[in-house]
Amino acid sequence: MAIHIDIEKCNGCGKCSRSCPYQAIEIHDKKAQWLQDRCTLCGACLKSCKYEALTGEIPERVVPDFTNYRDVLIFCEMHDAAFHRSALELLGCARQLADDLGQRVIAVATGARAPEKLSDLIAHGADECLFLENQSLAFYQTCTYAHILCEVITRFKPAILLIAATPTGRDLAPRVARRMGLGLTADCTRLSIDPEERILLQTRPAFGGNIMATIVSRYSRPQTATVRPGIMRPMNYDATRKGNISVERMDLAGCTEFTRILECTMNMQTGVNLASSKIVVAGGRPICSEKGLSTLKEFAAAVKGEVACTRVVVEEGFLPQERQVGQTGHTVRPEIYFACGISGAVQHRAGIEGSRYIVAINKDPDAPIFEVADFAIVGDLFEILPALTRAVQDQQKEFSR
Amino acid sequence: MHIIVLVKQVPNTSEVRIDPKTGNLIREGVESVLNPEDRHALEGALQVKDQTDAKVTVLTMGPPQAIEVLCEAVAMGADKGILLSDRAFAGADTWATSTTLGLAIKRIGAFDIIFAGRQAIDGDTAQIGPQVAEFLGIPQLTYVKWFEPEQGKVTVERLVENGCERVEASTPVLLTCLSALNRPRFPTLAGLLDATAKNAPIEVWNAADIGAKAHDVGLVGSLTQVVQTFTPKEARKTQYLEGAPMSIAATLIDAFRERNIRLGD
Repeated sequence: MAIHIDIEKCNGCGKCSRSCPYQAIEIHDKKAQWLQDRCTLCGACLKSCKYEALTGEIPERVVPDFTNYRDVLIFCEMHDAAFHRSALELLGCARQLADDLGQRVIAVATGARAPEKLSDLIAHGADECLFLENQSLAFYQTCTYAHILCEVITRFKPAILLIAATPTGRDLAPRVARRMGLGLTADCTRLSIDPEERILLQTRPAFGGNIMATIVSRYSRPQTATVRPGIMRPMNYDATRKGNISVERMDLAGCTEFTRILECTMNMQTGVNLASSKIVVAGGRPICSEKGLSTLKEFAAAVKGEVACTRVVVEEGFLPQERQVGQTGHTVRPEIYFACGISGAVQHRAGIEGSRYIVAINKDPDAPIFEVADFAIVGDLFEILPALTRAVQDQQKEFSR
Repeated sequence: MHIIVLVKQVPNTSEVRIDPKTGNLIREGVESVLNPEDRHALEGALQVKDQTDAKVTVLTMGPPQAIEVLCEAVAMGADKGILLSDRAFAGADTWATSTTLGLAIKRIGAFDIIFAGRQAIDGDTAQIGPQVAEFLGIPQLTYVKWFEPEQGKVTVERLVENGCERVEASTPVLLTCLSALNRPRFPTLAGLLDATAKNAPIEVWNAADIGAKAHDVGLVGSLTQVVQTFTPKEARKTQYLEGAPMSIAATLIDAFRERNIRLGD
């Protein structure tokens, strides 16, 4: 690619020089001169010359032939030698995409030692499962894992690659995508196959959840996305499913790691698991008092729900961060989500969309939370919640009689 | 020591509204701000400068008005600001953006640390830091909440999903930080005057200045394309429960019973 100037035809009029946004054409001795270093090959000059002295070929962008890329590959994250819960969610999502394409699901994981239950991945939707073992893989390190995943991509040439949008996945995926020249979409909440073009439609929230964008990667394979945890539904366990399971030793001789882990401190296991709770009872600003918190907790105890909250409650110090729901907290998908005194900012709603039923209690009849609620109760939570607590307890007594 | 800080000017997303008719973002009247986590990255760099003779260069890509965030950075104490601005850069995804930033950093020259916020509040991708690090072939440490630079290396504490890691890396290295890292200082009035003066240490570079080719940057250099945007649709039918608290409670319990859910079970 270059710009050619026909010295015979050029009369040094300077039109091309003026049309160039980068001062990449200068006029010397009444002839145009092309400065390669300054030229960005934008093509702005090509239309400027009346005397056809200036020519150049600006290549048109074409979609390469990717027919030899097949299958949906998922990278399963490991925590403490067990699969992270996102692995089954990725499998459920990958299974649907692969069925739509008539292709296979390949699950790949890596670590110090293969867990015994690799067949679980097959039962939850994979057609093939590969575990890459190496003693030095006990902890996640960016460059080592990127090296491994790049080798896996080269080996399998998948059409689609899915990685969980966990802190680890979002550290790893961009590194791999940049190295392999892949388009990458972050934190997708919906994935599907375009019925005509047969490409992956990757949908994600942007602008703090105010808008959804559907994104495609036409120019690179595999089409790569990180997937928000807690959104996709795992497939039910099916022991009759068949598939290849293999464990291989990973050779890390060709891989340089630049960082050294000095120490790992694990958070104390508090037993809070909002993501898998069936009932979540969440409070907003009005519960920021001793009375508010105890009202919420009594109701949560009555319905055997997990207590959760909005960001402001964490900031005010009434509940720990691990109980925060929303864009910057957890995504939940319970059977019932009780939103008590929560106005329903879009950042909060982003974390509760997957709930089967939403019950909203708020004094303000115009609170946006009511737009997403199945059951709306306009009223004071200090009157409603104790009434609900008592009614639930009465029902329990009635049933146990 | 030379520290490069990557920053972005973003719309204040808590003010962004959707036009109910067109479904488009209404950007008019929405304030543009320095991306919150980038401010913490800048503060991190400035604290190193306070203690040593480090030089801090702030780099951003954006439209001409993005120079505002560089002025603010210089007013906070940065030594130099560079704005990458060119129509050719417009519409870039993270692939094309990391190419542009990477080429600019190569043009800037030697550095010890690149500092960036974890993610920008408009896109929330958290991809630019790692992609720039890979472009430059240097290590990355993400989710940094504490750091200490020493001769030829950096030690950090990074927040991971179930705990905290203490990691060291040799320089040059790229760090992306969380807001827990520090409390950013305010720009000084004298600094703001300096930053907006004619001879302010702020430069504007275009594609030719960083040796980029038009087809490698912006929309045409991107590997992903947005094919559709829409407002999240709420498909729920809302049923309002009215009356005295006890009757509301009874109605709700019955409603769930009809759906085969017994509250409290």
